[in-house]
Amino acid sequence: MQLATREKIDNAAKLLFRMTGLMVIAILAGILLMLLWNTAAFFLKVKPFDFITGTQWNPSGSPAIYGMLPLLVSTSLVTFGAMCIAIPLGIGTASFLSDYAGKKLKSILKPAIEMLASVPSVAIGFLGIVVLGPGIAGMTGQSNGLNALNGAILLAIMSLPTIITVTQDALEGVPNAYKEASYSVGANRWQTLILVTIPAAAPGILAAIMLGVGRAIGETMTVLMATGNVSAFPKGFFHSVRTMTATIAIEMGEVPYQTTHYYGLFAIAAVLFLMTLLVNVVGEYFVNKYRKYQAA
Amino acid sequence: MNKEHIKLSATAAKLWFGTKQVLKNVTVAFPENKITALIGPSGCGKSTLLRCFNRMHDLSPDARIEGKFLLEEQNLYKGNLTATAVRRRIGMVFQQANPFPKSIYEKINYGLKINDIPKHERPAIIENALKESYIWDEVKDDLQKPATKLSGGQQQRLCIARTVALRPEVILMDEPCSALDPISTSKVEELILKLKKDYTIVIVTHNMQQAQRIADKTVFMYLGEIIEAGDTHQLFNKPQQEMTGNYVKGHFG
Amino acid sequence: MIRKLTPVIEWGTLLLSTGLACFFLAIILWDLISKGAPSLSWEFISSSPTDGMTKGGILPAIIGTVLLTFITALVAAPFGICCAIYLNEYAVDNWLTRIIRASIRNLAGLPSIIYGLFGLALFVQGLQMGTSLLAAGLTLGLLSLPYIIITTEEALRRIPNRMREAALAVGATQLESIRDVVLPSALPGILTGLVLTLSRAAGETAPILFTGVAFYINKPAAYLNQEFMALPYHLYMLSTQHQAIEQVRPLAYGTALVLIIVVFFLNLSAFYIRYQHSKHE
Repeated sequence: MQLATREKIDNAAKLLFRMTGLMVIAILAGILLMLLWNTAAFFLKVKPFDFITGTQWNPSGSPAIYGMLPLLVSTSLVTFGAMCIAIPLGIGTASFLSDYAGKKLKSILKPAIEMLASVPSVAIGFLGIVVLGPGIAGMTGQSNGLNALNGAILLAIMSLPTIITVTQDALEGVPNAYKEASYSVGANRWQTLILVTIPAAAPGILAAIMLGVGRAIGETMTVLMATGNVSAFPKGFFHSVRTMTATIAIEMGEVPYQTTHYYGLFAIAAVLFLMTLLVNVVGEYFVNKYRKYQAA
Repeated sequence: MNKEHIKLSATAAKLWFGTKQVLKNVTVAFPENKITALIGPSGCGKSTLLRCFNRMHDLSPDARIEGKFLLEEQNLYKGNLTATAVRRRIGMVFQQANPFPKSIYEKINYGLKINDIPKHERPAIIENALKESYIWDEVKDDLQKPATKLSGGQQQRLCIARTVALRPEVILMDEPCSALDPISTSKVEELILKLKKDYTIVIVTHNMQQAQRIADKTVFMYLGEIIEAGDTHQLFNKPQQEMTGNYVKGHFG
Repeated sequence: MIRKLTPVIEWGTLLLSTGLACFFLAIILWDLISKGAPSLSWEFISSSPTDGMTKGGILPAIIGTVLLTFITALVAAPFGICCAIYLNEYAVDNWLTRIIRASIRNLAGLPSIIYGLFGLALFVQGLQMGTSLLAAGLTLGLLSLPYIIITTEEALRRIPNRMREAALAVGATQLESIRDVVLPSALPGILTGLVLTLSRAAGETAPILFTGVAFYINKPAAYLNQEFMALPYHLYMLSTQHQAIEQVRPLAYGTALVLIIVVFFLNLSAFYIRYQHSKHE
């Protein structure tokens, strides 16, 4: 091929590659636009204030009531419960992996955690129904054990691998000099971990937690299957709840297109988008902070 | 002695990586069919300068270049000359032999293939290039084996073969011997000396003995500037600048 | 007293948390394998559901998932790899590049159900594809895109610059150096990322809920413009939506086990590629 032809192909390829980069922006913009558009259509029919502060979600009642507070509280409750379990477990496991476990043990545990991460959410939800649900029911005397606690435990399992991996990276990123300084003043391994390593890795750990939170908020199938899906205002961990994601999943399949109800589900998704965006931005803030600390 | 014909030159060359200026107003000329050595302490900009000539900095998005770079009368950065065309005429041998994940034969063939050299001519060119690089006898039975099986010195001579196969006018060498043992180094040096009758060679080196052994001209750089340039013998034995003297005597760097 | 207790707390905390994490995995595997294995048979994976889905197999769901994953790969892999090439090989560090990167991170953090809604709005309604295999595959392709970009870019970043320069120095254009040197060297890394991403996509349910998956399709062969069955949705449906839930539980277990096997198989092949590659280096 002539050099001129090759140069032309080279330039064309460069253009193509750049187009794909721009397409990525277009996709995100498209998603945003879709959410905004449909949410705007919804707010023409329902006051935003009523939507956000309403304590009842009953789109099929007459009149239909679109209050998303119960869904928001359900999502928060389940996510909060999940993090109460996953954060201590995640940090504990990550500490064990980074500072205690030998090479051999690590080479077994790491793939195990990656395996746990790859279990599909629908399979975890299934186990919530057949294993965890009956277990909780047996303890509390309820009929099926499909409640916020069930969902929280499952979400904890799902976010554990992320939290463990990212926290472990953060812990292993702490310069050895810090630990050596601690050992040299007579601290043992445990004291060093608690007083030096974990505080030094705190931004990285916070980023890990944020990733876990993001995953828990956005998870659909698990909570859909395991939390019982009662759209009443949540009363506690031992009651059935219905999260934002589950509501969209259940109702979108049945609702006629381009109705108020349909738009309302997009409005929920818009709130969900904002929540995960917030969590990601906070997480990114900590990651950047952590990077700066590492570079120093 | 005739006045030397200048093959390659840079005038008022400046280069920044981001906000950091690495070359400060460098003016230098390389005579045809001579070996010119660029010496100086690490970070003085000698490799950076070398890479300007075959537009390797085009890959680094934060590099900004000013000044005039000429091959004969042709401006390397202006006009319709593309980086690929420049590199075709100005070859380069790197510090580390960079093996393509390919066989010895393919390694040399690759450059011929993409440069559209007719298929039936290629075997002869490859054989010739390997002979020219004094490695033919060592590899002629293993042409289909991966190049990574060769020793460091052999790989480096193979990289030179890859470069000469394309018949460039200038060969740039960026510390070609810094990763080699003394025996391999002397073989590569021998080869470089033989190549100078056909090519103009610019070599960056850390090794001042090497510069004295092979270079006709030597250029001493420090902190992005040229401190002194001249005949190798004179630069090492009767330097005009105090700094040059200190450096070649090993007082710093 | 406290001194004596410290080691107990120390090892108690660490071992308990690590142990629990492993215990979760063990429970998942044990329960699915012990109760799912009896349902597995050649008939189960080679026949369609019968008798109102209380009997028979899951062949259409397997085929659906395989085709869906295939379309996902066809959509996301070329697009994602090109984008990663742009970011790693061409992009200058400016505001546009930073926006692209921020978009990718955001897309990666987006809940999968939002992709489902987007697929519904864009492919099913906007582009008039209807609920179909194609619409669902495109949706999952978008979902997989950020992961493929991120893993591919990582693989490209590991290729040392001197490999690119070697090709450029003999007169290759940038595209030729990418095609002949960079991509072949980065291929194992790219494949690992791709296969891991696909294993996630194969298990996803939320994005296909409104874009094309169906309860039951009586023909095992699926067409691009038709609805299809998929393993994860089949599991969801058998475990929550069926009228005779207790009766179909063994089928649900069997489906869950097959799904897990598919996902783990993809994961293992990714690890195998990575392992083979690391052996060469």
